[in-house]
Amino acid sequence: MLDDFLVRAGLAAVGLSLATGPLGSFVIWRRMAYFGDATAHAAVLGVALALATDLPIGLGTLTVALAMAVTVAGLSARGWAMDTTLGVLAHSALAFGLVAVSFFPTVRTDLSSYLFGDILAVSRLELALVWLGALAVLALLAWRWQALLTATLSEDLAHAAGLRPNRERLILVIALALVVAVALKIVGALLIAAMLIIPAAAARSFARTPEAMAALAIAVGAVSGLGGLGLSLWQDTPTGPSIIVVAAGLFALTSLRHRA
Amino acid sequence: MSLIAADHVCVRFGSDEVLHDISLRVDPGEIVTILGPNGSGKSTLLRALLGIVPVAEGRILREAGLRVGYVPQKLTIDRTMPITVRRFLSLPTRVSDAAAAEALARVGMAGQGGEQMTTLSGGQQQRVLLARALLGKPQLLMLDEPTSGLDQPGEAAFYRLIEEVRTQTGAAVLMVSHDLHVVMAASDRVICLNGHICCEGTPRVVSTAPEYRALFGLGTQGALALYRHEHDHDHKDGHPHHHHHDHDHA
Repeated sequence: MLDDFLVRAGLAAVGLSLATGPLGSFVIWRRMAYFGDATAHAAVLGVALALATDLPIGLGTLTVALAMAVTVAGLSARGWAMDTTLGVLAHSALAFGLVAVSFFPTVRTDLSSYLFGDILAVSRLELALVWLGALAVLALLAWRWQALLTATLSEDLAHAAGLRPNRERLILVIALALVVAVALKIVGALLIAAMLIIPAAAARSFARTPEAMAALAIAVGAVSGLGGLGLSLWQDTPTGPSIIVVAAGLFALTSLRHRA
Repeated sequence: MSLIAADHVCVRFGSDEVLHDISLRVDPGEIVTILGPNGSGKSTLLRALLGIVPVAEGRILREAGLRVGYVPQKLTIDRTMPITVRRFLSLPTRVSDAAAAEALARVGMAGQGGEQMTTLSGGQQQRVLLARALLGKPQLLMLDEPTSGLDQPGEAAFYRLIEEVRTQTGAAVLMVSHDLHVVMAASDRVICLNGHICCEGTPRVVSTAPEYRALFGLGTQGALALYRHEHDHDHKDGHPHHHHHDHDHA
């Protein structure tokens, strides 16, 4: 069954949404959307570094995404004006990455697969890594769930309860870097943040608790993944963007209900 | 022994010394109010006692295993976060439905566990925060201007609730306020703060202290006396009141 590239692609999309649903909810609650962008864009630089050093692409993206995420989290803790800082970092990382990748002629032709993903070419090994990474993120979030929610609602309440909000923030940062590394192959660096934000935003108007929102976001992400795959096959459109198009359509539908 | 104490504590933000040489303690069962104008460092003092703000000098001493219930000044929940009152009460420690219902009933919010936190009024939200703090069975409740979003009757009702909680659970209360009248009557001890401790004592002693009157101006005495008249009618539980006292001052 796993021999079929479509089955592998479908499973990869579903696996990814297990992580992006809950993590995307935190990205929305904590207003980290731009932060997600910066981390995702840094992944392109990670691709270039991995090629230069002959390391696996996944390891390169994970390392650079983690470095970017920790840098940004550190800067924000020191009270920098975040939109400017993130704007500089996010786009610089992308530009540096694109320039660096161009030094590898074999990759240049293949660049779009890193920018927009190449889910139809997911191998068995990559599929296993997607699920492993997604389940790791899910387990990390589930383990710290109560503390993460408390720190997200109010850092003071978390402090008073003996929790350390800085540690919880670091956990989200690590989870974000993991998701970026996992999602690069599926939706590509440019649209990872969309995969985090749009399903969670669509889930918001139907949810009464944080848990319900996270679970619904997983469902919306999975439906978008499978729907995008279908759209891509039917209309011969690029798959990564098709997934986001379906997600955006679902979001539009739910926001109509929200207004009603 | 005291539940919590500050021993010659200084807090600095950069080169600004916000709190200078603060020593205080809270004993079991007493209600202590920290009173001071805006910018006097009251909230910072509370946050230093809670360990949120680091102290530059001195020490914070807590009884080993002290259970603190904290009610912040205001909780701003992002509208993107769906969360019911019931779910909120289980953060960060999960509580049983029965315990949650009892806590809500105690603060006058019985049966409202299913409501969204973001749709509550300011007063309701403070009550929920208090209920959440009570669920931890605190020996010490710390409240940071708990009534800043409430109108006058709401404020008086909230302080009555605090006194009830103290009576029922025996928890000590340390709260911060900038409003004089209500707090004065509901406290056993008042600490007057303006970067340093200006004066300290029973409400009666503090309200006549020259440091206190200088800090808040003379005009407040009239309002205080007026309030005490009203308050006497609300509470016939034997608390010492003293209207004769306030009229002596012009």
